[in-house]
Amino acid sequence: MTSPLQQKIKITGPSMVTANRTWDGVVIYRTAQQGWSANLSDAAIVRTSDEARTLLGEATADDVGAIGPYIAPVELKDGGEIKPGNLREHIRSEGLTIDLLPVPA
Amino acid sequence: MYAYDELDRTLINERVSEFRDQVKRRLSGELTEDEFKMLRLQNGVYLQLHAYMFRVAIPYGTLSSKQLRALARVGRRYDRGYGHFTTRQNIQFNWIKLAELPDALADLAEVGIHAMQTSGNNMRNVTSDQWAGVAPGEVEDPRIWSEILRQHTTLHPEFSFLPRKFKIAITASEHDRAAIKVHDIGLRLYKNAEGETGFEVLVGGGLGRTPFIGKTIKPFVHGRDILSYVEAILRVYNQYGRRDNIYKARIKILVHELGIEKFAREVDEEWKQMGDVGLTLDHSVIEEVRSRFSYPAYEKLPHMPDELKQAAHDPLFERWRGNSVFPHKVQGYSIVTISLKPVGAPPGDATSDQMDAVADLADRYSFGEIRVGHEQNLCLPHVAKRDLPQLWKALDRIGLATPNVNLVTDIIACPGLDYCSLANARSIPIAQELTRRFANHDTAELIGRLHINISGCINACGHHHVGHIGILGVEKNGEEFYQITIGGRADEGAQMGTLIGPAIPYAEVADVIEDIVEAYLALRDRPEELFVDAVKRLGVEPFKERVYATR
Repeated sequence: MTSPLQQKIKITGPSMVTANRTWDGVVIYRTAQQGWSANLSDAAIVRTSDEARTLLGEATADDVGAIGPYIAPVELKDGGEIKPGNLREHIRSEGLTIDLLPVPA
Repeated sequence: MYAYDELDRTLINERVSEFRDQVKRRLSGELTEDEFKMLRLQNGVYLQLHAYMFRVAIPYGTLSSKQLRALARVGRRYDRGYGHFTTRQNIQFNWIKLAELPDALADLAEVGIHAMQTSGNNMRNVTSDQWAGVAPGEVEDPRIWSEILRQHTTLHPEFSFLPRKFKIAITASEHDRAAIKVHDIGLRLYKNAEGETGFEVLVGGGLGRTPFIGKTIKPFVHGRDILSYVEAILRVYNQYGRRDNIYKARIKILVHELGIEKFAREVDEEWKQMGDVGLTLDHSVIEEVRSRFSYPAYEKLPHMPDELKQAAHDPLFERWRGNSVFPHKVQGYSIVTISLKPVGAPPGDATSDQMDAVADLADRYSFGEIRVGHEQNLCLPHVAKRDLPQLWKALDRIGLATPNVNLVTDIIACPGLDYCSLANARSIPIAQELTRRFANHDTAELIGRLHINISGCINACGHHHVGHIGILGVEKNGEEFYQITIGGRADEGAQMGTLIGPAIPYAEVADVIEDIVEAYLALRDRPEELFVDAVKRLGVEPFKERVYATR
């Protein structure tokens, strides 16, 4: 399997590194403090491919804490608010777009 | 029900201990994710968008009430109080924690359930007709053969590292409810002119990126030879199947590239060379497995009991009975399909409370037995007709008496982008919107039998190719779009649907499906002409015109 670090990294806008927490699978984001947070607002934002590669490298090194780290786009709103950059990340960040439980007829 | 012996119980318990140790080593860092991934996949553990997903096998779709309660307990104790029944007689839990998985597996092992071979490049859960053993006209119970195959292939070293996953389905009825023609191997049990029981063997069926209908490789293989013949197929696949390209690794590609005649010759040659390797099934072995399936002590009951005559005055009961109740091989009994497709609900989902309630109803009305079908519905296989009114009321109280089986709202859907890391687009919200659009039962009955299948990506877990109407989610420039096919079917006349035109955006899918259904209602030559038959007669053009004329 090709390591994420060996793959060509090219970002076209502000991005973050996300993964799932190993012990429970919860969605997590790499922080600027070289840790992880379950809140997207804590994510370290990178703007260049080199920065992204470095952040992904740190994340990948934490094989015990996180599973499957990858780079994903974000939107930066006025005031610095971080929003997911695509639908997939929106769903991972905000949760299901459907009612969680079946609805009785 | 099949009764597990000590060997089965030991195998399952040892597997739990083994996985507990593997998880411990993973969490301590002794195992890297690269090392652990294959181990977790061999125990049905995937990583999805929000969490780990845990897939549990329901061999040939048969569950005892005790087992269903154990699944409910797993949903409640380790997940978020519900589970998702899949198109391959499995159940998935979407929010499981890796650290708690060994405990969940241990709880399931207590009732003989496991997750072995629900993932990975091995022989997956051998599926069968959910009406096995109770369907009128069935040759014999196909689960006996499913169980023989299950026993032979479970943890079989030669089949644990195949080029790709491998799926077998078996039916013993003329009407195929197991979708055997879209499996790697499809087996149709029948009696030949000499009265011997054996199988028509189909190979190379499958959906996904490259869909194929299975082809008959051998018109008749005697029952006693089925293990050796299946093994010969697998050996040829193991030898020639591609391992260099995941998209070309399924047996269907090999069969397609070699051609069925050449592939059949290779298998025959292998079969001949294998000789007697101890795989010929003695009559006593088959009978031993058969004897482990217990059947209810049916009473002698009238065809039309008084309770049913009285309840017939209630139009709501009659609607449900006409839709969800099917003939049984024993007089006075019925097969009841429990729709897991209430209006507005995710298809195939059941809460733990509903699972417990169904288990109670199975104890009361179905000799403690439940079945799971590939259409993502449940089934009570042995219901006395006199009990139908009471059963209906009880199902209604838990939201499971929607009379939509085989109708437009009985939608098959994969989890889609709401859960799945492979998906490009959402499936469940599309299904939910369609159930709302067609919520009126009179309208649904007017439309008649119509299967809508939805997949959120080309991997086709929602079997979109073989839906009467198939909906496939794709991604275009970051937006969800959907391709629509019509005319597919998954039964004995299985065929792939035909694409009607360019993909349409998320917001327009329900409108387009309504247009297609309206076109069908206007074009069918009589009310009895089913949607799929109308498409066969008319082709896709009239439907295409209706959909794209104004778009």
